Amino acid sequence: MPEIREKTDVCVIGAGHAGCEAALACARLGLETVIFTVSVDSIALMPCNPNIGGSSKGHLVREVDALGGEMGRNIDKTFIQSKMLNVSKGPAVHSLRAQADKADYSREMRKVLENQDHLVIKQAEVCELLWEEDSNSKKKKVTGVKTFTGAVYECKAVVLCTGTYLRARCLCGESITYTGPNGLQAANHLTDSLEKMGIELRRFKTGTPARMDGRSIDYSKMEEQFGDERVVPFSFSTDPESVQKDQVSCWLTYTNEKTHEIIRANLDRSPIYAGIIEGTGPRYCPSIEDKVVKFAGKERHQVFIEPEGLHTNEMYVGGMSSSLPEDVQLAMYRTVPGLENCKIVKNAYAIEYDCINARQLYPTLEFKNVSGLFSGGQFNGSSGYEEAAAQGLVAGVNAAMSVLGREPFLFDRSESYIGVLIDDLVTKDNREPYRMMTSRAEYRLLLRQDNADLRLRKKGYEIGLISETQYQELLKKEEMIKNEIKRLKETYVGANREIQDFLVSMGSTPLKTAASLAELICRPELSYEVLSEIDAERVILPENVTEQVQIEIKYEGYIARQLRQVEQYKKMEKKLIPTDINYDQVSSLRLEARQKLKLFRPISIGQASRISGVSPADVSVLLVYLEHYNRQQESERGKSSEGL
Amino acid sequence: MFQDSTIAAVATGLTDSGIGIIRISGPEAVSIGDNLFRNASGKPCLKDSESHKMRYGFAVDKNGVVLDEVMAVVMKRPRSFTGEDTVEIQCHGGVLVMRKILEASFQFGARLAEPGEFTKRAFLNGKMDLSEAEAVMDVIRSGNEYALASSVDQLRGNLSEAVKAIRKEILSEIAFIEAALDDPEHISLEGYSARLSLKTENLLGRVKKLLDTADSGRLMKEGISTVILGKPNVGKSSLLNLLLGEDRAIVTDVAGTTRDILEEHINLHGIGFNIVDTAGIRETDNIVEQIGVDRAKQYADKADLILYVADCSVPLEDKDREIMSLLENKNAVILLNKSDLQNVVTEEEMNKMIKDIFPERTIPVIGISAKEGTGIEEFENVVRNLFFEGEFTHHHEIVITNLRHKEALQNSYDSLMMVKNSIENGMEEDFYSIDLTSAYQELGKIIGEEVDDDVVEEIFSKFCIGK
Repeated sequence: MPEIREKTDVCVIGAGHAGCEAALACARLGLETVIFTVSVDSIALMPCNPNIGGSSKGHLVREVDALGGEMGRNIDKTFIQSKMLNVSKGPAVHSLRAQADKADYSREMRKVLENQDHLVIKQAEVCELLWEEDSNSKKKKVTGVKTFTGAVYECKAVVLCTGTYLRARCLCGESITYTGPNGLQAANHLTDSLEKMGIELRRFKTGTPARMDGRSIDYSKMEEQFGDERVVPFSFSTDPESVQKDQVSCWLTYTNEKTHEIIRANLDRSPIYAGIIEGTGPRYCPSIEDKVVKFAGKERHQVFIEPEGLHTNEMYVGGMSSSLPEDVQLAMYRTVPGLENCKIVKNAYAIEYDCINARQLYPTLEFKNVSGLFSGGQFNGSSGYEEAAAQGLVAGVNAAMSVLGREPFLFDRSESYIGVLIDDLVTKDNREPYRMMTSRAEYRLLLRQDNADLRLRKKGYEIGLISETQYQELLKKEEMIKNEIKRLKETYVGANREIQDFLVSMGSTPLKTAASLAELICRPELSYEVLSEIDAERVILPENVTEQVQIEIKYEGYIARQLRQVEQYKKMEKKLIPTDINYDQVSSLRLEARQKLKLFRPISIGQASRISGVSPADVSVLLVYLEHYNRQQESERGKSSEGL
Repeated sequence: MFQDSTIAAVATGLTDSGIGIIRISGPEAVSIGDNLFRNASGKPCLKDSESHKMRYGFAVDKNGVVLDEVMAVVMKRPRSFTGEDTVEIQCHGGVLVMRKILEASFQFGARLAEPGEFTKRAFLNGKMDLSEAEAVMDVIRSGNEYALASSVDQLRGNLSEAVKAIRKEILSEIAFIEAALDDPEHISLEGYSARLSLKTENLLGRVKKLLDTADSGRLMKEGISTVILGKPNVGKSSLLNLLLGEDRAIVTDVAGTTRDILEEHINLHGIGFNIVDTAGIRETDNIVEQIGVDRAKQYADKADLILYVADCSVPLEDKDREIMSLLENKNAVILLNKSDLQNVVTEEEMNKMIKDIFPERTIPVIGISAKEGTGIEEFENVVRNLFFEGEFTHHHEIVITNLRHKEALQNSYDSLMMVKNSIENGMEEDFYSIDLTSAYQELGKIIGEEVDDDVVEEIFSKFCIGK
């Protein structure tokens, strides 16, 4: 039987947020790329919440953008409300969140994909991965993919971004449908092929709340939530003026004791509590059932009513995801002020799907046991659009590097949330969908959303996803920041009348001796901006420059101390563990540690130390072993060079 | 791989004593022990012996010659000091017998343990944390009984316990701040900084308390570094000899006999002194002696304690005043020697001179006679008061005797102070966690919960200079 047989460089399986970034990265690096999706209408679909960003997720979007990814630009084109969160807190936790017009977001991303050179979109279900075994190393290598219709695409690398589609089933109380999100077709065949390759799969679950007809909601009983007056774009390459536009509102209301009563009375009908769901759900994005059970003392929980787009009256009920049966859902929603007469368009449901334990991956997101096979997104056990996009980008970049024969790109915990995300996924024992959170980044004062470009653009440039022009702009920005900080540190103001009057008027203590402008900026009640009055030589600088100047001066001490912590951390990251290490030879390791190390095969002492079950004493043992090993290698090298 | 060998050593020290213990540790320990030991009926039995059960029998060498009547015990890993299979042979404590049994263990395949190697293995096998391992090394090298008691406490884990408790509390604060950052809807930071302020004060106090013991702890362990100063021929060397109980310094009646610096370690009822006798300080043309005088001044600078010796049989002069100026900011005791002779200088007169030089302080003055050995008891009491607030008995309080621990405590203290400053300056909560984390990590270094490769290296180099 004749069949289609094509050759390409990279195949990306899945066109969600991870798949889009992976495919774009590969194609932009010049590789012939095919992206497969079960439905071209579901490219960059947002099947759950209608927003991009939010606490710590906003950081991820900016980092993806700094590296040359698409998510930031796409939301800048399609947002309908935008807000900088946590502005009352320190700069480390400021985070951007935007409401998206979902349909628009999806359409715009599809447009980008369709117009990308070297990229082909293919609507087909991939059922099988093709591979061969290296006769020498016995290691598997991926060689292509096969679709349900039998078409074969030979390729050099594959990126798996199957999201929640693998053997997916949706649960709404007692009713179960075997579909992917939003009623889309599930992918039921690939799992077998992956298992045959020696990849271990497991089952996770996640959920989404109901969508309501906006006309049935009484907003007068809710608090209106506005967007920011001055919108900050996500992307470093978006012109800030282009995003100043009319915004829509969201609405805040609360659950109450009545809501909780209904939930408690019907818990036995929830598939999770009834034991029907086998997958583990995310602790940090809990269903309303979970919240009521876990925070039993809490009288109310927040409910955000958010528009799904400009051209639909569907409203998303944030904070009330559920897998309770339809009748209970309706009763429960109707207890919430403003939702008394609500009409449900789409029921809330939970979805269960196959995914992997990401410890099977290197930090490059390549499988340890199959070369050329990469994976990103929810398939790796994460949750969230932003987490998916970040991994998709990294998996795509490293797939491209492997095809191009270039060194892989690694991201560490001290340089980005992306680094934290990937390290956590591949190093820690995650038993539930992994969600990015501020607290996970131990060096968060350095990893701010405002300086993502300063942290990562250079890397994006080295990868080849940031243009020369963009890179030169970055260097110019760096220069301006450096010079302005220097000037402020070297410009002294004396204790004269004008200065003292100014300080008093600002509620600040008068000077005893001369002080630099930088010293004054450090005072809590003063800032770069207000000092313009006594800073005669100041030239007008771009807002994104003065923001950095202000933060770097004001928090200098804290930043310096955090940098010292990073130094400590890096010392351990730099101690690499040889890939051929035989842990059975390291005789003093405890049994549990030995098992974990064999399982995870960490690349550095630092990574080893973060594996649960590996104690500091085990790490000391490894350190001593490595020292011993390195000395041996050195003396052997010495011998062989003597032989020459 | 570097621990594949089986090691043996006399665990009780190679000196004559009532009982001697030969410890054999490593993968071959049981089979070596089995070769080495015969039960009462002359059969090998250790291979099948229950762990931790004492067996009575005889130690034999390769040729089956009975070396001694002994008790033997097998301790199966990980339930042994080193965490490895271990055999201990208790024999009669003669040096010759112990040596013979040890040599027999070598015949059967053990090798002599390197200094500190049992401890090193115990540490590597996770049987003790860093502070405990360090304490063992301190025990091995401990100079006096108080230092020993403190080391033993550390070994029991008292320091570990105290540090762990503080760390746990810091961690729960970090966790709270981070939980609130992640879930502001359910966890509120309202009023938190006031609560943390109180908590920080409490933690500062506890770290400070540990830290405060560090100096007296070091003095206990290492001894009080003491310099004897005084004009020539006032009896400095005689005093040293009296304290030492032997004629080590050359004592003559000719001023300027002590040309070099003598260093001696002595122990007075448990207080250790590292005493430096110096050349008498006087203006001199003699170059050799001049060097001695300069060095004396240097030593005085570094000393914990200065003993100023004056001859009470001759009047005080400007020279006394000049030398006594070296006592500024120093713990000092003034000894009026030769109280057996005619008293020209009284304690009152000396006190007046002190008041004259240092109007704001008092320095204890004691009359002694180095020749007749009087006044020593009073001297001991005064020193005890000066350094140990009178209490120099060890009440099993935790005492920091290790410089590395002191540094870590100090750093942790400094970080907690930063937290305090941040609260006072009204910084946002997420700033607190930076310094809380530093404090937490520094404390972790003491108990080895934070891996620091410098420490690992230091510890291992230390293992190699221990006993």
